[in-house]
Amino acid sequence: MKTPHIFMQHDAIIDLIDGMVHLLRHQLDDREITDPALIGIHTGGAWIARELHGRLACPDPLGLLDISFYRDDFTRIGVNPQVRPSQIDFDVEGRDIVLVDDVIQSGRTIRAAMNEIFDFGRPASILLVNLIERSGRQLPIQPDVVGLRVPLQPHEHIRLQGPEQLTLEVTHRDSVD
Amino acid sequence: MNISIVNGRLIDPANDRDEPLDLHIYGQQIVAIGEPPEGFEPHETIDAAGKIVCPGLVDISASLRDPGSGVKGDIDSETRAAARGGITTLVCTPDTDPVIDTPAVIELIHRTARKLRRTRVLTTAALTQGLKGEQLSNMAALQAAGAVALSNGSWPLANTLVERRALEYASTFGMTVMLRPEDQHLRAGGCAHEGAVATRLGLPGIPAAAETVAVARDLALAEHTGARVHFHALSAAGSVRQLREARSSRLDVSADVAAHQLHLTEMDIEDFDANCHVSPPLRTLADRDALRQAVADGTIPAICSDHQPHEQDAKEAPFPETAPGISGLETLLALTLRLVDEGVLPLREAIARITCGPADLLGLPQGRFEVGGGADVCIFDPQADWTMSRDAMQSEGHNSPFDGWDFSGPVTHTLFNGRLVYRRD
Amino acid sequence: MARHEHNNIQLDAEGRLRHFLSIEGLDRELLTRILDTAESFAALPGRPVKKVPALRGRVITNLFFETSTRTRTTFELAAKRLSADVLNFNVSTSATAKGETLLDTLRNIEAMHSEMFIVRHSQSGAAHFIARHAAPGVSVINAGDGRHAHPTQAMLDMFTIRRHKGDFTPLRVAIVGDVLHSRVARSQILALNTLGVTEVRVIGPHTLIPTEARTLGVHVYHDLDEGLREVDVVIMLRLQKERMDGALLPSEEEYFRLYGLTNERLERARPDAIVMHPGPMNRGVEMDSEVADGPRSVILQQVSYGIAVRMAVMSMCIQTHAESPA
Repeated sequence: MKTPHIFMQHDAIIDLIDGMVHLLRHQLDDREITDPALIGIHTGGAWIARELHGRLACPDPLGLLDISFYRDDFTRIGVNPQVRPSQIDFDVEGRDIVLVDDVIQSGRTIRAAMNEIFDFGRPASILLVNLIERSGRQLPIQPDVVGLRVPLQPHEHIRLQGPEQLTLEVTHRDSVD
Repeated sequence: MNISIVNGRLIDPANDRDEPLDLHIYGQQIVAIGEPPEGFEPHETIDAAGKIVCPGLVDISASLRDPGSGVKGDIDSETRAAARGGITTLVCTPDTDPVIDTPAVIELIHRTARKLRRTRVLTTAALTQGLKGEQLSNMAALQAAGAVALSNGSWPLANTLVERRALEYASTFGMTVMLRPEDQHLRAGGCAHEGAVATRLGLPGIPAAAETVAVARDLALAEHTGARVHFHALSAAGSVRQLREARSSRLDVSADVAAHQLHLTEMDIEDFDANCHVSPPLRTLADRDALRQAVADGTIPAICSDHQPHEQDAKEAPFPETAPGISGLETLLALTLRLVDEGVLPLREAIARITCGPADLLGLPQGRFEVGGGADVCIFDPQADWTMSRDAMQSEGHNSPFDGWDFSGPVTHTLFNGRLVYRRD
Repeated sequence: MARHEHNNIQLDAEGRLRHFLSIEGLDRELLTRILDTAESFAALPGRPVKKVPALRGRVITNLFFETSTRTRTTFELAAKRLSADVLNFNVSTSATAKGETLLDTLRNIEAMHSEMFIVRHSQSGAAHFIARHAAPGVSVINAGDGRHAHPTQAMLDMFTIRRHKGDFTPLRVAIVGDVLHSRVARSQILALNTLGVTEVRVIGPHTLIPTEARTLGVHVYHDLDEGLREVDVVIMLRLQKERMDGALLPSEEEYFRLYGLTNERLERARPDAIVMHPGPMNRGVEMDSEVADGPRSVILQQVSYGIAVRMAVMSMCIQTHAESPA
């Protein structure tokens, strides 16, 4: 793998998030949702969700998901050495959930996250928010709110670094796994 | 057939010989050491240049499993292993099936061995019938049939009174009694030395006291009965200390040690290596060093193989459930020479411990070169190295923990009764 | 990850857990990772759906040569919470007495495509033996072998201690009772020392403490009051009835008088000390009911944490095998 180059700096990302808040409010209004609950996917999604949570002033605590044990490729790839407990301190049953992740590519992470959410209870609806949408979808899952659509080649990999200073990095892989 | 072994370094500890001397064999006998007799025409000349020529080895404790089911070996397979190991005299233990407690079994073993003509097989007979430790065996008849000593195999007598009577009765006929000193109650189902390693691995332990208690008891009975007692396979420093004291007070007792006890310790059972499951168990470094010291100073005049071949299944189980024992005929010389490499004792002394030393214990004429005596010869190459490999073993039992060890001094030729029974390719 | 030079059958070339047979040879980082992974499973019982799909479609086999309904059940529940399928084999000694060797049994069960064996056996070293002979791609977890090891029990005890005490390094831990015959104690001592506690003590009469106990890295006490002084954790071991037959102890009454834990004796420990017991407990022999049901006792928590720890070890082992090239 080659050295990554910075694709976007912190301030620009914050601008994106501000735009996403605007779009998200619009979506929630359209669906007549007044009391959404936020869940971020560990780790990058949790950072974005934390920003959105503050701006939307949701009363419920932010939910966090570690989907390691829900991945459909669990027995093929390594568990993140630091698995963290999923933490959802509100009742999911009947709620309108805003699910937040940093980058959507194949759609498999979102599938795993939705499976895990349903193990906590049956939500009324789930709305998907992604900071970055890129090509490479393998499942029929599309975001409802997107910060930026980035055209990337299959051998390019985009990654959010944080948590204090958020940056987006792009790396070129020599070979595709 | 006339054979001359020339250009070798001849070591014959019994006769204080260590010099370049040729050996000349006529038929089954040595006819000259040094210059050939007048008009001697060898049919074959073995060039032993750079090699050591010593008496064929004498191993006073080997389990040959014959008669028996055959799965662990038989006289054919095990004498093949002996020949490869340079051993020309084997004293087999009575733990056959049926047990060596009748003249008929002795006769059967001798006949089979004579037919094979690969190595001399002598027998120790059972001290008690069926090795059960209850009734005395027919010692006089067994002696008449050729038994060179009595032993209860790996089953020490639990009953002290039976032991006393057995020693007394054996002394009537002047027979040596080989005892494996071990207190069965203190052994208490153990399978490893009760020390740091067994503690960590949670293996039921056998304390050194299981042996030293028995040595003390056996010495007291030896003194009381006047019997000729030989301790087989000592493992503990405390036993050596008692033996030394007893010998200094002129008690007629002796001992041997298994070759593996001089190299392995409790550390070797790490990872539950079943090939290191032996009885008595491998003990501490201090015990090993005490045994080495006793071998070096002659307190222990004999090293034996304590050969116990096993089939693969016997060793493929959780450690405590595996059968104890090492298939040792093919490493007896190698492990003894390694003591020389490690500076424990000089070469001539080392050879004495596996030739005349054990032979003298049982009053055997073997283990030395005499003009007119039997031509049992072992030739090995001290300058060559070899690697022990289980797959190359001639013994039916491949249960050796020395697989992959590098040794010096491979046996190049073994002659038994003037006949070449092994030659290294 | 760097390639590790080791001859530990439990680890793969990258130092990841392949089998879980003993605490021996595992470093602090790995033990901590097991505890961290267990943390993420510890919350599961609070959810409406108490399982995760991680091992869906995988087959895990309980291979018990020694009956223990309790231990088998916790492993079974752990496997099911990982969505694995579970096979239970109670191999009676009569099967092996019929001439079937342990390896024969193993080959027969391997033919059922199990990816993991949970092994309990009465002989020390049995789990190592099975791991050495198992087909590649099969993980072995030791659920107790002879007096040797019971590593998942030790790790659930570590998990309990960490939940209550946080940091291991300042702790003094006393293990009381039959250390000689206890596979649990051996694994606990190794785990506590690896995790860096200040001191491990073992307390009991000479007949129940191994002669070479000090080589395990413990301080030996024969007096309970003295040994409990200033400790943060007290672990009571189970006393088997048959110890009275082997001339190891005169009577349960005398044992309780000398080594039984009462509230009064617990006074010697630190005021916030916790009391643990791997179970099943003999009330009035190892400890008073007062202590067992008292505020210092964390015995019931140990049981529920046991499932989370076993899930962690199972998922880590299966994943290592899945990743290793066949």
